[in-house]
Amino acid sequence: MTSTLITEPAAGDISRRRPRRTPGTAPKERRSAGSRIAYVYILPFFLVFAAFSVYPWLDTAWISLHNVRLSTYDQREWVGLANYKDLLTNHFFWNAFRNTLTIGVISAVPQLAIALGIAHLLNHKLRGRTFFRVAILMPYATSLAAATVIFLELYSPQYGLINWFLDLAHLPKVDWQNSKWPAQFAIASIVMWRWTGYNALIFLAGLQAVDQELYAAASVDGAGKWGQFRHITLPGLRPTIIFAIVVSTIGSAQLFGEPLLYHGGLPDGGSAGQYQTLGLLMYQQGWANDRLGLASATAWSMFVIILAAVVVNLVISRRRDRKAA
Amino acid sequence: MRLNNTRRRAMASVAALVTAGTLALTGCGSDNSDSNSAAPAADAGPCGTKDNVTLNVGLFGTFGFKEAGLWDKYHQVCPNVTIKENDVEQSGDYWTKLKTRLASGSGLDDVQGLEIGFIGDVVKNHADQFVNFNDVPNAAADKAEFYPWKWDMASTSDGKTTVGLGTDIGPESICYRKDLFEKAGLPTDDASLAKDFATWDGVIELGKQYEASATKPADSHFIDSVNSIFNGAVYQGTEAYDNASNEPDVADSDGVKNAWALATKAADAKISAGLPQWQDAWNKGFASGSFAALSCPTWMMGYITSQAGDAGKGKWAVAPVTPGGSANWGGSWLGVPKASKNQAAAIALVEWLSTKENQVTMWTHGGHWPSNQAAAEDPTVGDATSDYFGPGQNIGKIYGEIAKNITIPPTGQFDTQIQTAVNAQLTNVETKGTNPDDAFKAALDAIKQITG
Repeated sequence: MTSTLITEPAAGDISRRRPRRTPGTAPKERRSAGSRIAYVYILPFFLVFAAFSVYPWLDTAWISLHNVRLSTYDQREWVGLANYKDLLTNHFFWNAFRNTLTIGVISAVPQLAIALGIAHLLNHKLRGRTFFRVAILMPYATSLAAATVIFLELYSPQYGLINWFLDLAHLPKVDWQNSKWPAQFAIASIVMWRWTGYNALIFLAGLQAVDQELYAAASVDGAGKWGQFRHITLPGLRPTIIFAIVVSTIGSAQLFGEPLLYHGGLPDGGSAGQYQTLGLLMYQQGWANDRLGLASATAWSMFVIILAAVVVNLVISRRRDRKAA
Repeated sequence: MRLNNTRRRAMASVAALVTAGTLALTGCGSDNSDSNSAAPAADAGPCGTKDNVTLNVGLFGTFGFKEAGLWDKYHQVCPNVTIKENDVEQSGDYWTKLKTRLASGSGLDDVQGLEIGFIGDVVKNHADQFVNFNDVPNAAADKAEFYPWKWDMASTSDGKTTVGLGTDIGPESICYRKDLFEKAGLPTDDASLAKDFATWDGVIELGKQYEASATKPADSHFIDSVNSIFNGAVYQGTEAYDNASNEPDVADSDGVKNAWALATKAADAKISAGLPQWQDAWNKGFASGSFAALSCPTWMMGYITSQAGDAGKGKWAVAPVTPGGSANWGGSWLGVPKASKNQAAAIALVEWLSTKENQVTMWTHGGHWPSNQAAAEDPTVGDATSDYFGPGQNIGKIYGEIAKNITIPPTGQFDTQIQTAVNAQLTNVETKGTNPDDAFKAALDAIKQITG
């Protein structure tokens, strides 16, 4: 899917309102031997997809209607929608929901904005451009565990570098672990650090597909750098931006590794659950508390939430498209 | 909603991505095939078999058999048996794996390590999947070796089925920093400490003295966290997390009530460093002196040695008594799944490992206190001293006295998770000043999520 969306900007901007293919020209002869072979080529993917996605997906739905523990997996008890009722009426779920939302917002928004800025800078002819382009991707290539452990050291309330600097500047020390917002900010910063470069690279690919002549034409018309950014870069990047937002939304909704490792591998998300995300709650229910039915219900609720978030994204962007048209 | 072509494609891909991310629970076919293909042959000899076999031994953490040279030794006793150890570092991960395999009835090793944290679940839900050590040829001799409570913990409530033989136990005391105690003007001689450390209230009083001292290091507190007190005291009642009929019942447990009162009293007295166990800051505290004392089962001595390093040598000591009476923390068993193709050989190995001689070796070569009573009373164990602790303190005698008097309330299948939930709330009380009653309610709330 990545390639589909990333290459889209090529067709973006200028041609976007033009029909890509005249309707009715999808010729009948194309649907012959060639396309049948295409099905054979994509078959392996769909077999794997069926085994490792569709089946677990449906099985998870089935399990979510049961009371089941891993230890007594063969003694499932049908409970209907009781797990969902339990979930939606307990404060652990809503706490995790709110945390996922807030950590998602404070990590994704700055992340995408900074990525856009970096991409804009890297699109200029810089000395050592390749070096910078590779360098911004390094955090993405770093293992999550290693990164989180380092950040944990930096944010350590007792021995951390950040509190040491705060102390040096005569500012009060912050309890990055046990307090709510500082802990959420700390986790968001790990996400930002890891994903900003990746998004910058995606944006950069989008930028390079924007027709350079448009910039030339715009500057002839007297548009400044900011004007060019607003009227050429942003519209040209729109499909890429939508892609990045959708992927970030999904990533944020599933945030798991960072908050897990931030509490030394405990899935409670801090002593008061102050940074427990939905992914973490699901893990805690399933693997720490051994309640697979409840965990599966959480998994499905997450799926619906993510789907809703993505649909909202797409609808909003489509509205804007219409308005623009 | 009308979506154009690209958007529909994007949606489909998004759906695919999301699907890939949902909880993947693989369905496990659960046919409990009791294929006893290897019924013990009549004249198989002491190794259980005369054939060349490889025994897979599934363990977690550091059991230390290999390190103590026991695998090599066994290979000399039984040259036809080769041992392959499959290790998982964290016992929690190991237990998840074991549960999956027990549920599917496949992939089990010939010998499986069983920890105190999940022995209750194994006994309750999987006793029929393990060889019953009441039925093996040496059953009576096996049973006679162990502390009775150790044997009972691995047995069903009717006593008819026993899923494994004991390896080690964890008689519990308090380890303290002698140098810090001296700096703060606290007593360090065994006679005084035997009095002061006799009760948890005595410990809290000593803690107050420590905190009030003008000569102790500035950033140092008396105990690592109030969890140390809670976890020690909770198993000293008639009930801990389970009631007498083996159902989880935390609100009405005398052990929990007493331990909670003591721990919150300690939090109120501000005698703790507020460092929960196993966290990074806690690990660092051993060397830096953030705390002067902690709960200390026998195996903790090895942990202290590794965390505090050579610099800590001679600075640490073991309190001569357990506050509130003898208690146990930790310990394991070895079980033989019925699915094993080499049952007889596996049983022979497990019996060999639990003999007096080998359990003594496990103490002298790794600090694992024997669950075999004769081994625990052996002079080699009882006379053990340590350069690191004391120095020269007779730790074998101290722990031997404690081990003799251990009593155990019913152990439940959710003890580990419940303790984690309670400890988290105690951490809130001690570090954030959460009202103890609110914290206890929050703990009960979290426990409800565990027990369902």
